Parts: sequence; C-alpha cells; structure tokens
Amino acid sequence: MAMTEAWLTQLPDPTGALEPVQRRGRLALTEQGFPSRRQESWRLTDLKRLEALFQLSLANDSSHVSIPDSWPTVPEQALRLVVNNTNDPLAGFDLPEGISILEGVELEQALGHTLSRCQCASEWPVELNHGVNQQILALRIRGKVPPIELVTFATDAMFMPTRVLLLVEEKAELEVLQVVIAKGHAAHSHLLEIHLGQESKVQHGLLALGEGKESLLANMAIEQEVRSHYSMVAVSHGWSFGRLEPNVVQVGGQASSSIHGLSVTAADQQFAVHSTMRFEGPEGTLDQVQKTVAADRSHSIFNGAIQVPRQAQRTNASQLSRSLLLSGRARVDAKPELQIVADDVRCTHGATVSQLQEDQLFYLRSRGITESSAASLLLRGYCKEVLDLLPLDAASRWLDGALPEGETNP
Amino acid sequence: MIRPDAELLLEINDLHASVEDKPILNGVTLHLKAGEIHAVMGRNGSGKSTLSKVLAGHPAYRVTSGSVRYLGRDLLELEPEERSRLGIFLGFQYPIEIPGVSNLEFLRVSTNARRQNKGQGELDTFDFDDHVRERLQVVQMDPAFLERSVNEGFSGGEKKRNEILQMALLDPVVAILDETDSGLDIDALRIVAGGVNQLASPDNCTLLITHYQRLLDEIIPDYVHVMAAGRILRTGGSELALELEKTGYDWVDQQLAAEGVG
Repeated sequence: MAMTEAWLTQLPDPTGALEPVQRRGRLALTEQGFPSRRQESWRLTDLKRLEALFQLSLANDSSHVSIPDSWPTVPEQALRLVVNNTNDPLAGFDLPEGISILEGVELEQALGHTLSRCQCASEWPVELNHGVNQQILALRIRGKVPPIELVTFATDAMFMPTRVLLLVEEKAELEVLQVVIAKGHAAHSHLLEIHLGQESKVQHGLLALGEGKESLLANMAIEQEVRSHYSMVAVSHGWSFGRLEPNVVQVGGQASSSIHGLSVTAADQQFAVHSTMRFEGPEGTLDQVQKTVAADRSHSIFNGAIQVPRQAQRTNASQLSRSLLLSGRARVDAKPELQIVADDVRCTHGATVSQLQEDQLFYLRSRGITESSAASLLLRGYCKEVLDLLPLDAASRWLDGALPEGETNP
Repeated sequence: MIRPDAELLLEINDLHASVEDKPILNGVTLHLKAGEIHAVMGRNGSGKSTLSKVLAGHPAYRVTSGSVRYLGRDLLELEPEERSRLGIFLGFQYPIEIPGVSNLEFLRVSTNARRQNKGQGELDTFDFDDHVRERLQVVQMDPAFLERSVNEGFSGGEKKRNEILQMALLDPVVAILDETDSGLDIDALRIVAGGVNQLASPDNCTLLITHYQRLLDEIIPDYVHVMAAGRILRTGGSELALELEKTGYDWVDQQLAAEGVG
C-alpha cells in the first residue's frame, strides 16, 4: 500500500482530456493497494517484477521517443499510427473515409463502456493505466476501411501508458494490427477497447516484442453485438514480465469470436495470459487456441475462463491450450475455467504439455538434418501456425517470417 | 541384378537389438551388394521394422551386439543425420506429419545436406525448385504438395509418394523401404513401385520390407529373406515370395518350434 501511494504522490498532476479518469484511477489504486499472491489471478505472479515498474520513469509529453528507421514499410493503402503517451498520433494525418476521431460527448459516453461490459474496469492493471495515461486514440469506424497498423514503442527504462478505443459501427469491417515494441528495460501499460456493432467484422492482431528484459501489461476489452465477428491473434515474445488479458463479451448472441495466442518465453521470463470469454446471448461461438513455448527457466501461465450463463443457450465453444516445454527447468501452468449454467451448449476444452516429439525429430534427422536444426525447424513450424494468422502480413514484414532465435535452449 | 564382382555396400553381421530392454533382433545377418534388390518378408512382430529403424539410427533402439558396416565404415557409430548424408535412406512405414514446416523447405534442406556430403554444391531456392519439379515426375506427384506442411493432411498414398520423392532427391546408396506398399491402392502401388524401379541402379541397392507378394510383382527382388523371431530364417530367390504366398507362414512356426525358439 505504502509503495503504491509513494509512487502516486510523485506523479505529475492529472491533465488533459483524461484528467477525471486519472483522478479516479489513482484513487482506486490507493484503495486497492498492491496486488497480492493471495488473490487468485495473481497467485503465480512474480510480484517483484510488477513492483519494479514503479522504478521506471513515466513517459509523458516531455519525453522524447525517436522512431527507429528499421521498421518495415506499411502495406499499400494501410494506415500506420504511432501511439504513445507523448504526442498526438493523428497529428499531420488526413484520415481516410470511414475513419473519424471520437471526441467530446461521444468520447465521454464511449470511454470505459466496454471495460465495464467486460467486467474488467477495476482490475489493477486497468486502474494503473487509468491513473497515469494522458492520451487516448479514439476512432469511429464506418463501412469497410483501409487496414490500420498501430505501433507502440518504448525504450530507455520508460514506463509507457497507451490507450486505444475503437468504435466499429454496424456492418463495418476493420483489420487492425497492433505492434507493441520495447527495448532497454522499458515497460508498456496498454488498454484497448473495441466495440463491435451488429454484423460488424474485426480482424485484430497483436504482435508484442520485447528484447528479453522488458515488461508488458495489456488489457483488451472487446464487446460484440449480435452477429458480429471478432478474431484476435496475439503473439508475444521476449518479455521479462508480461500479463496479457483479453476479455471478450458477446452481448447479443449469434456472434463469433476466435482467439489465437502464442507466447514464447526464455531465460527467466514470466508471461501470463488471462483470457475471459463471456456469452450473454444465445448461439454464440468461440474458437480459442493458446500456444506457449517455454525454454530455459522461464514460466508461462495461461488462465482461460469461459462463462456461459443461462441465457446463452446453444453456445458452441472450444478452447485448446498447447504448451511446448523446451527445458526441464521451464514451467507451464495452464488452467481452463469453464462456468456453464446454460444446459444446451457445446463446450470443449483441452490442455497438452509436451516436449518436441521424438518421432518428428527422428524423421528430420533421418533426412540429414542435424538434431539442433531439426529442433529449431520444428519449433518454427509450431510458432508459424499462429504467426501466419496475424493480419497485415505481420509475420513476414516485422519478423521476416519467424520469431528471433537464440535465447532458447532446446 | 546379381553380379559376383559387385561392391559390398551394407554388411550386417549377427545383429542383436532391443527396445526398452526387450530383445527384438536376435542375430540378423544380411549382405547387400551394389545393384541388388533384397526383400525381407515376415509376419508382424518378426523384427522387420526394427531392422529398418536400427539401420537408420532411431534413438529408441539399442544395439546389444553384432555389427553393421557400410562402405567399410561402422554404421552404428554414426548419428541418423550422418547416415542419411552418407547415403542411407529409410522410407517410413508411417511418414511423420510436421505441421508448420513447408514440405518444399524440408526437401531443400535435406537435399542440400546430402549434396554437400557428395561434394556437390548446395542448390538455392530457384535451382532447387527446378530440380524438385523434375524429380516429382518419378512419382507423378502434384506440385501442390510442395506448398503444404510436411505430410500434413496427405492421404496414405500421397505420404508414400512423398517418401519416394525424398528418395529420388537424396539419391541414396542403400534405400530401405519399410512397408512402402501398405495403404496403397493398386494404381498408387504401381506408381510408387515404378519410382523405386527407376531409382534402382547398378551402383545402389534396395532393401524392401514387406508383408505381401503384391509389391514383389512390381519390383522383382534378387533375394527374398524370411524373417522370424528377430532373425533371417530362410533366404531364396524371387520364387520364395511366390511360395510364401501359396503356403503362408505356418512352416515358420514349425521350424522355430523344432529349433526350440517360438
């Protein structure tokens, strides 16, 4: 408690459009205190690493973040926006038809609505973002618009809060790729809200790349109205400490959600994915596959909650967690959490933890491929199945087709 | 093709091997010379597949005694990848699916590993593309299968064609084909067997492991060996396979009983 308060008192005073949100966030953080391992969702967390975030300097409008020129070019017709807490991401842009800025009363009404609908508005990482974030990128999407690439970048032991809100109108179609990059022990706190109107369609990708020593807190709240289609592909790699929380709620039923995840950890990294899928109407579907690769002494956590209350009859949901352990000292905790009240539903779930398959290794070796090359080929194949699903050709543009190797120790 | 002066390529002497401490091979002796096609027949559990895996170097099998010499070298000392690079090829009974790994890339990496060993240069992506398309004709395979993941979603027949395609690319000295005929309909069997026949030359040898005579209608062996209880019980010419087709394997039990094995 004392630590949180001490940190809050040295923050700059709340300012800007999000001033009331900041005030409420700081109050909530004071009241909640610091997370404890006695709380179920923090039980496995290395809280020392969360505490360490308080040592970083908060990025604000006086921080300077220079954009590396190593970033790949944006695909034709796509729109790239650089989102950070330091400048207006839309400065100097003419937004294409169908994309407009959400501000004033409209923004006030929309802000936090989806977080509440997803029942995650008062989660600690969300309040942390509330407490410090000065900027928001809020867009309304109408019709079929060009793809959007949102890049967030932090470096030099900076704590970078960012927030994005996307209001996707009825029957609109959006392809959005978020690239979150950190270097130099920096940390990100990211908050995303997407509201999908009736029959709208969103393909959402998240490519989160650290360099081994960085931290990531990301909360994503997705609200789906009737007959909307939402697909998320989230890939994370290289985070010393990470916590990714996708929360999806289907409020009207007959919607489809698909969540594909890949988290890769090495060295002594810890990365957690806490996903929640809630069906509040009938005949919704979910297709979820979470993959993890844990090397060295790293620790990967997956909690996948699926809630099917009484009104969500004829829900069809499947969740699969597949973990690959590359070292005897690596650790994986995978926990499905199914809360099903409706009686006419189909919900399947499964979890596997394995090592590289010996028969696959032998097959490759019997074709002249060395054991270490065979292992890395198999590993790349395992990851590629998820990487290839990222929108905007992200894997080949940002990763040259595969995640960087080196730290892993098969 | 039997030639008395042909080079001895593979020399298996009194080979014993076990898996999980259970003895499976109990003294196999087989000599394969250049130009020859050998067939090993026998019932399930006779040790045929174990023999093929031991020769390819599968880590789950332990050689307890005996020797295997390949072109004068101790084969058993070599890692599986070294064996392949030196020209030993195992066509799998159940080819393994490898999701996410492109068949084309896999074929290119393995072909180049073998080429390097032969002192030929590595083929780049473009040259390999031409090379593989030419070799596809050996098994009349659809190029679309190159773009897929290794063996993933292939039918049984397509997997076997993919095995023979690998054989065509790796140009082995000793090809061991484990139940290559299983799961094939008659047309696919003819195509696969045609591929094997095309690849057989006076400089290499082939070891066919099979249950049935029908493969041997398409690929005529120089020698037929009957395996039982982990060793070669009888050796003959191609007529032995026909005889087995007629008489079955009952005589094997009698012989083993008479020898106090079985």
